[in-house]
Amino acid sequence: MKSSALVFLTAFIALSASWSGFVLAPQLQLGRAAQAKTVPVQDQYPVARPGLAAQGAEVYRSLGCVYCHSQSVGQEGVKCEIVLTDAGTNTPTTLGALGKLNSAFGHADTLAALPKTLMSVADMNAADPILKAIGSTGAKAQVIVSALGPDISRGWGRRRTVAQDYLFDLPAQPGDRRAGPDLANVGLRQPDVSWQLRHLYAPAAEVSGSTMPPYRFLFELRKLGKLPSPEALPLPSQFAASAGWEIVPTAKARALVAYLVSLRADAPLFESPFTAPAPAAAPAVAPNSPAK
Amino acid sequence: MTATSPTSPAIDNSCRLPLFALLGGAAVWLALSSVFGLIASLKFHAPAMLANCAALSYGRAFPAWSHLLVYGFCLPAGVGVGLWLLARLGRVELVKPWLIVMGAKLWHVGVLVGLLGILSGQNTGFEWLEMPRPAAVILFLAFVPITVSAFATNARRSEISLFPSQWFVLAALLWFPWIFSTATLLLQVFPVRGMVQASVAWWFSGNLLNVWLPLAGLACTFYVLPKLTGRPLQSHYLALFAFWTLILFGTWTGIPAHAPLPAWMPTLSGVAGMMMMIPVLAVAASVIKTCCGVKTSCGGGPLCFTRFGAASLVLATMLLAVSACPQASRVTDYTWFGHGQTTLRLYGFFGMTMFGAIYYIVPHLVGPDRVCPRWMRINFWFVMPGTLLLALPLVVGGITQGLKLVDATIPFVDVAKSTLMALRISTLGEVMITLGNLIFLFNIVAAFFGYYWSVGKTVCAQATVLEPARVRP
Repeated sequence: MKSSALVFLTAFIALSASWSGFVLAPQLQLGRAAQAKTVPVQDQYPVARPGLAAQGAEVYRSLGCVYCHSQSVGQEGVKCEIVLTDAGTNTPTTLGALGKLNSAFGHADTLAALPKTLMSVADMNAADPILKAIGSTGAKAQVIVSALGPDISRGWGRRRTVAQDYLFDLPAQPGDRRAGPDLANVGLRQPDVSWQLRHLYAPAAEVSGSTMPPYRFLFELRKLGKLPSPEALPLPSQFAASAGWEIVPTAKARALVAYLVSLRADAPLFESPFTAPAPAAAPAVAPNSPAK
Repeated sequence: MTATSPTSPAIDNSCRLPLFALLGGAAVWLALSSVFGLIASLKFHAPAMLANCAALSYGRAFPAWSHLLVYGFCLPAGVGVGLWLLARLGRVELVKPWLIVMGAKLWHVGVLVGLLGILSGQNTGFEWLEMPRPAAVILFLAFVPITVSAFATNARRSEISLFPSQWFVLAALLWFPWIFSTATLLLQVFPVRGMVQASVAWWFSGNLLNVWLPLAGLACTFYVLPKLTGRPLQSHYLALFAFWTLILFGTWTGIPAHAPLPAWMPTLSGVAGMMMMIPVLAVAASVIKTCCGVKTSCGGGPLCFTRFGAASLVLATMLLAVSACPQASRVTDYTWFGHGQTTLRLYGFFGMTMFGAIYYIVPHLVGPDRVCPRWMRINFWFVMPGTLLLALPLVVGGITQGLKLVDATIPFVDVAKSTLMALRISTLGEVMITLGNLIFLFNIVAAFFGYYWSVGKTVCAQATVLEPARVRP
């Protein structure tokens, strides 16, 4: 090439192509996205965070939490479980239809304890003919859709995260690295505010072997007054402040924790559906419960 | 060369102060960035270290490292060396060097503002673009006069036909203001909604790391290698092919496979990532053919730096291409693998190539014996093993981390703990790089100050001799 105009022209064409692809096109495809309806219950999703949690998002950004924590759950396909819920009245026909699906279902035991999970298939295309075959006999069956994949098995989410989950985030921080666990659904996993505060102050006190640095600068070491402050952090003895002192979370710590417990991307959406009920494992502690 | 073209010393004269402003600052920021990198790395030895200091927490020290490394060192060093290449290869003096000096000073102010912003928690939250808005505006305003002067220099060149290095420099000068202004406008001035932000941020970082750095770095490789080996570049066509395929494919990289975006975007980006092997193999072929049969031992000099840089680019891009395959990205995504690849690109390729080019250029500017060859060798023998010790454990540790991460039966705490050994080895690399960078800073500052000191002494001596000597003929 002899002319610098040619250099500029080729560079211009190459860069404008990817600019159209990864800047303009997503703006056209997603840039005007608004709240969507969840399925099948028609709720608005997502909803904006309440005030303290919105402040906490700023703390999350300013502390650079994203360098260790992603907020993005992956998924590798779905599992469609077909559950027989009602045997209907025409038992012989039902058993005949079930026996055609799998000879093991052909005897009366199948209808004994309902609802009963019959089988698991890979997608709705496979599930639909089975549902029809069962439904035509007067029996009732339903499909429970749940996501699969290591992230889901770890309990990091109930489905993959999608662009809709980040609609109101500024900045949107899906994250690239997992030096710590994914936080997309940390509010579902650990909604206990007091736990979150103790974990921020001394991660090793709550998670044995944790590699997370303690965030002590988010807490204040205060001289004990006549009575201990109601906000003071209850800590195990090896992490507690020395006698006559107490550790009190600052406004930033409270905001950050309000943000963390607000993190949940578990609304079933058209693009990432699931119907499986929530796992019972999560401790049901109200966010405003008193500190233990 | 036409009859009116300026001599090489005249060209170097016009470049001296602008390059001192750009490269001297770059050396300072580089040394400072590795200190922040060291602080961040030490958190994996003792998480509670400096736990009472918000500014030095991991989430601020780490972006401070990347900010200073990319905007403090890579950009000014790449631009500084590129300007000299434009002037030298075009056989023309730099046009309005004071514009570049002004731009360089403003640029360093912008880097400082960005650093203070990051340390005080004003970071934007987008990786590779952490500096707050005022700093981004200052950096853009600083880049404009430098670009103007560079394009004016190129337009006045007396050697009309362009050498491959000039294509790379010119494209890089076009690339950066475009991607930087797009990202700043759409992320900070008129922020777009939701995941479009992440898409823009990934597009920016992909273009910065996978296109801008190779453009600016390869410009040096293609110039310095033929000069040092005494053989012509093999060949212009191979370089042209590398140039076109690099900007064609590289510009689509950056969006990771796991991105919660419409599936066509990560897919397209993954294909582009694999295609990056094409330009890089062309570069490898060109470097090998240019260097082959050369008996000169590099002995820790510029040739060593440049060759190691080219090898690192090939290795880093192979890692990029591998991690773009869906089967591999399932394991490598979210792990330290990507960070290992990036550090190999930043330190191994770009840093080393720049060291080589700067050690080649600086003697032209300040006189041949102002950089001590021994200290240059020491610099090489600190940074080269340091880079390998930093990047390779991260790559290997990232793979084992990923294999454990996809096995949901392994508790996450065990996954996190299993990476510690690799991270701790990489701290050793970080220490060596820090020492090497301090030596580089010393070499550069000593060379330029040595020159200006001797100039000052001469002027002083002339000013104090008796009257008749001061009368000009």
